[in-house]
Amino acid sequence: MSDDGQHDSPGAGSNGAGDNSLLPIGPQEPLDNPGVPDHQPRPTDVDPALERRAERQVAAMFVVAAVMALAFCVVYFLYDPHPETGETALGVGASNLALGVTLGLSLLLIGLGAIQWARKLMADHEMIEYRHSAASTVEDRQEAIAAFQAGSEESGLGRRKLIRNSMLASMAMLGLPAVVLLRDLGPLPGVKLEQTVWRRGMRVVSDVSGRPIRPSEVPIGQLVNAEPAVFFEHAEEFEGNELLNEKAKAAVIVVRMPPEEITPYPSRKDWDVEGILCYSKICPHVGCPISLYEQQTHNVLCPCHQSTFDLANNGVVLFGPASRNLPQLPLGVDGEGYLIAMSGFQEPVGASFWERG
Amino acid sequence: MVRKLSTRRRHPLAGFVVLLFALVVAGGLYSAFRPAVADESGKSDAQLIAEGRQLYEVGCASCHGLNAEGIITKRGKNLGPPLIGVGAAAVDFQVSTGRMPMARPDTQAPEKPRTYDEGEVARLAAYIASLGPGPAIPDPEYYDVSEATDEEIARGGEFFRTNCTACHNFAGVGGALPEGRYAPSLHGVEPIHIYEAMLTGPQQMPVFSDEVLTPKQKRGVIAYIKTLEDQTAYGGLELGSRGPVGEGLWGWTFGIGALVLAAVWIANNGVRAERKKP
Amino acid sequence: MSSSPAARSKAGAASRSTAGVVTWLDERLGIGALTKKQLRKVFPDHWSFMLGEIALWSFVILLLTGTFLSFWFKPSMAEVEYMGSYANLRGLHMSEAYASTLDLSFDVRGGLLMRQMHHWSANLFLASMTIHMLRVFFTGAFRKPRELNWMIGLALLMLGIIEGFAGYSLPDDLLSGTGLRIAQGLMLSIPVVGSYISFFVFGGEFPGDDFIPRLYTVHVLLVPGILLALITAHMLLLVYHKHTQFPGPGRTNNNVVGFPLMPVYMAKAGGFFFIVFGVTALMGGLLQINPIWMYGPYNPAEVTAGSQPDWYMGWLEGGLRIMPNWETNLWGYTLSWNVLIPGVLLLGVLFALLAFYPFIERWITGDDREHHLLERPRNAPTRTAFGVAGMTAYALLWIAGGNDILAYEFGLSLNAITYVMRVAIFVVPVLAFIITRRWCLSLQRHDREVVLHGYETGVIVRSPDGSYAEIHRPINPVRAYELTMHEQHTPVELPAAHDANGVPAPAQGKERLRSRLSHFWYADDVSKPTKEELEAAAHHATNGSHALEDGHGPASGNGAHLGIETSGIVGGQDFGLEQKPKAP
Repeated sequence: MSDDGQHDSPGAGSNGAGDNSLLPIGPQEPLDNPGVPDHQPRPTDVDPALERRAERQVAAMFVVAAVMALAFCVVYFLYDPHPETGETALGVGASNLALGVTLGLSLLLIGLGAIQWARKLMADHEMIEYRHSAASTVEDRQEAIAAFQAGSEESGLGRRKLIRNSMLASMAMLGLPAVVLLRDLGPLPGVKLEQTVWRRGMRVVSDVSGRPIRPSEVPIGQLVNAEPAVFFEHAEEFEGNELLNEKAKAAVIVVRMPPEEITPYPSRKDWDVEGILCYSKICPHVGCPISLYEQQTHNVLCPCHQSTFDLANNGVVLFGPASRNLPQLPLGVDGEGYLIAMSGFQEPVGASFWERG
Repeated sequence: MVRKLSTRRRHPLAGFVVLLFALVVAGGLYSAFRPAVADESGKSDAQLIAEGRQLYEVGCASCHGLNAEGIITKRGKNLGPPLIGVGAAAVDFQVSTGRMPMARPDTQAPEKPRTYDEGEVARLAAYIASLGPGPAIPDPEYYDVSEATDEEIARGGEFFRTNCTACHNFAGVGGALPEGRYAPSLHGVEPIHIYEAMLTGPQQMPVFSDEVLTPKQKRGVIAYIKTLEDQTAYGGLELGSRGPVGEGLWGWTFGIGALVLAAVWIANNGVRAERKKP
Repeated sequence: MSSSPAARSKAGAASRSTAGVVTWLDERLGIGALTKKQLRKVFPDHWSFMLGEIALWSFVILLLTGTFLSFWFKPSMAEVEYMGSYANLRGLHMSEAYASTLDLSFDVRGGLLMRQMHHWSANLFLASMTIHMLRVFFTGAFRKPRELNWMIGLALLMLGIIEGFAGYSLPDDLLSGTGLRIAQGLMLSIPVVGSYISFFVFGGEFPGDDFIPRLYTVHVLLVPGILLALITAHMLLLVYHKHTQFPGPGRTNNNVVGFPLMPVYMAKAGGFFFIVFGVTALMGGLLQINPIWMYGPYNPAEVTAGSQPDWYMGWLEGGLRIMPNWETNLWGYTLSWNVLIPGVLLLGVLFALLAFYPFIERWITGDDREHHLLERPRNAPTRTAFGVAGMTAYALLWIAGGNDILAYEFGLSLNAITYVMRVAIFVVPVLAFIITRRWCLSLQRHDREVVLHGYETGVIVRSPDGSYAEIHRPINPVRAYELTMHEQHTPVELPAAHDANGVPAPAQGKERLRSRLSHFWYADDVSKPTKEELEAAAHHATNGSHALEDGHGPASGNGAHLGIETSGIVGGQDFGLEQKPKAP
């Protein structure tokens, strides 16, 4: 049975049946190996008309691909990607669409043509190649081991323990410069994670516009995305990344709810101004800014991992992966009647860290 | 009439018609609230309020109470909040967008085809406004964004990202809130309604008062939202503007799908001839 | 196929010039011996063997498009006022990285296309690596001698994830900044050194102005360099080991049957490169990805609903979302399990499990042989079940990572999804394991039935005495061979309880555990038909069909026939039904 697969893989010599020397599979297989099936010609192998048709097909694909490549160059100059003056097509940007489609079709047709060529016209005789065990021959391996042992012996590595150990120690020490060199990647944290720019008496102002806020301007149900006034009053000190670094800790939200619905901790009884409360905007989970405030439930939700905090109840966690209350900023009113912070945050804002305590 | 309107709302001219309509209505309402000036049909404020109260008693009082004082159920559930002091703007938003009256008590009142026509909304608004001072329906100058400058729009974008995207998503297509509630899509919402929503804080949405977010800033936000709505998708189909989740889905289905099909085609040996090679 | 004298002389000239070039090169590089072997190297044909190729070609596309992007992208966090083409952001302050990405999208022709192709290609790179890994896992292609290549592949996947995250973090838009903020939160959660790591990585406080340039170096130099080196090693090992193949007639553990590299696989693989490239270009042209102009510049006080990472980070995001809010305070120090476990440990656990899996399985099964024949997933039920359970857990985390999108799109409660997921992540993978394992065993049983009794034709016959039976027809012998040539696994038995002298030799705990696990692994496997059973079935079938033809009905009443055609073995093409109707 294993002889019926006579075929034409040059150099293979056998049809691959039998000879399981690499892996003797347990007991005798229940059926004999029928061998690689005979080669069956394709329609293009036996019909010259079909062969010519396939040839024309492949060539046509390559020609269209070339045309598409040219079309790409044309649309490159034809369309402008400018968002206002640029053309649109089918409601999308014409430049990107046309470039993508022409380039895509050109590439795709080259690929399809090449594969069609292989499938229809190239010789498709299955070939057999023999495997060898991944390992070298036993002799080779023993010679390798012997060579290694000889080299090791001649170096005296095994005998001269002093040299060996001191060399290893010197190399291990080189790890230190590699680590120490990285020291200046950044400053030490110090207390920076624990402090914000909020100070007693600093006004709470609207984000973006910088307007200070009077309690009378904040109706019940209001949400103000707010910042410390210092960002706007001393804009020259807070530029670029200085501003972003501080904003990443100091952003707050101001909300107002009916005072009777607030249940403050005894220590926080005077932290609101007529029902106006101020909380950190930075989620204590991993630091996303949170301002999905629901004015009726007084819940605020983090859009990143859905921690939910109750702003009527000291910012306690109602749901989600955050484990600590949303830090609260005590509010007051200054002489001119604007909202101010009565102190800085009394705990670090944002994500937990080891030294936070 | 209502149905006819709703079937034609996608007509290219619908936007203009509605805008025109809204302008007329708003203008009419504006004049209606000026003291001692009769409205078009020659009715006085008092008459409007009286008619509004009649409408209120039929359509709203069952949840909000006979005198708009709100109803708290025995279990302490809020059947309908008090409406004293919510102002005409709240009525116009809730009733014109079809949110009120609600089909059934639910966690959230969705937008739906409106039940009351403009005149009825105006009467209801007049009645509620008469109960206590509250935000009035805004002047068209505050939400007419046709004249907005690029600078105003860019600034509006900043306000939008600071105050709105957290719930309504960067493209204004909406997002999820706790317990099955959601922030709805802003696409296709009338400018006046966006303004009124910011002003009155409907349902769970917080209030953005005119003092904190000035009318001019609000107009910038509306203008920015409108540019989002009309914006060309410069890079192709938008895939729902849901960010990377939608992109991942398309990458796996379209991208990997197409490439696996190609792999199947490449590895397939194809048809064989019936006859042998001559 | 014409062989006119002119054509022949032309061919002769061509072969002479080829010989000339090869000789020239061989005299300098000695490539003759190598080329002789490799040029006609055989690759087996199967669609699933091309999945890794998608990843390879995606990597090439990433290098090409990425180089283009680097000509315009400015990896700088310096603040600039944007005065470019996109009106909605004009006049705003933003980082140079973001501004240059906007310019690249709107002022460089083809820039947006290249950006989108780069991003789609990254998504496809990771996706194809993942399904390639699954293919290798489920067919057992990671077994000896390929364990090291499996580990290289895992390193590639891990680096690919890091590289992708670095890539979409570079434009410094609102979404990528939010992602970095979360990454910083993860760093902070690392015990003892967390805050130091964060300050060193960001050059101080978050976001600082060092991070994007540093990330850029990592993204365009460090990680791609390692990726390139590992891909080279991956491919060299592939060539050295030769590709695995599915069992079949003539396909054994010591050969590889397929088509030669030149010309068939050069055309097929080369063509596939163009197809991958073409599909990526079409996606870049038709499907918008990461519209950074809509997100706006990064501002730590802003966030958008639906803040999600790219898909390959989605499962980690899901872990973060469903983790209960555990935190421990010890002696004034904080341990944030709620962040540490899903954000840092989960990734480590998954990759450690995957990396050691080949060795774990090898130890349990005691199988130290070389394997070049792939196993069908059903023939390794326990492995398949573990794989499906793992995929299930991954998919659940994925779903949890998109819980807000799901809640919004399907009107569900965010909280309910999270609570369900907290339970499902432990329960559903176990169910998936049990179901998959049983399913595989049933399929094994089915294979055995088909080999012994033939396939069900769906033709019901009524015998003269009124009984009904379904006709079973024999299957093709090639198919029968394919169904029976897999390994019959046997569990590792405990060493004898008594040694040769009758002295009790207590099995060590490790050995006992191994034997128990090995039984769990293999003991339920359905034994494949033996030669004797096949002969018995053939005998029975012959008698049975005679009985039927004689009009007495099949003795057994089930119409069983011989499972395999006894004649007409012609080759591989006859896989279908035999058309000719037989009795009655």
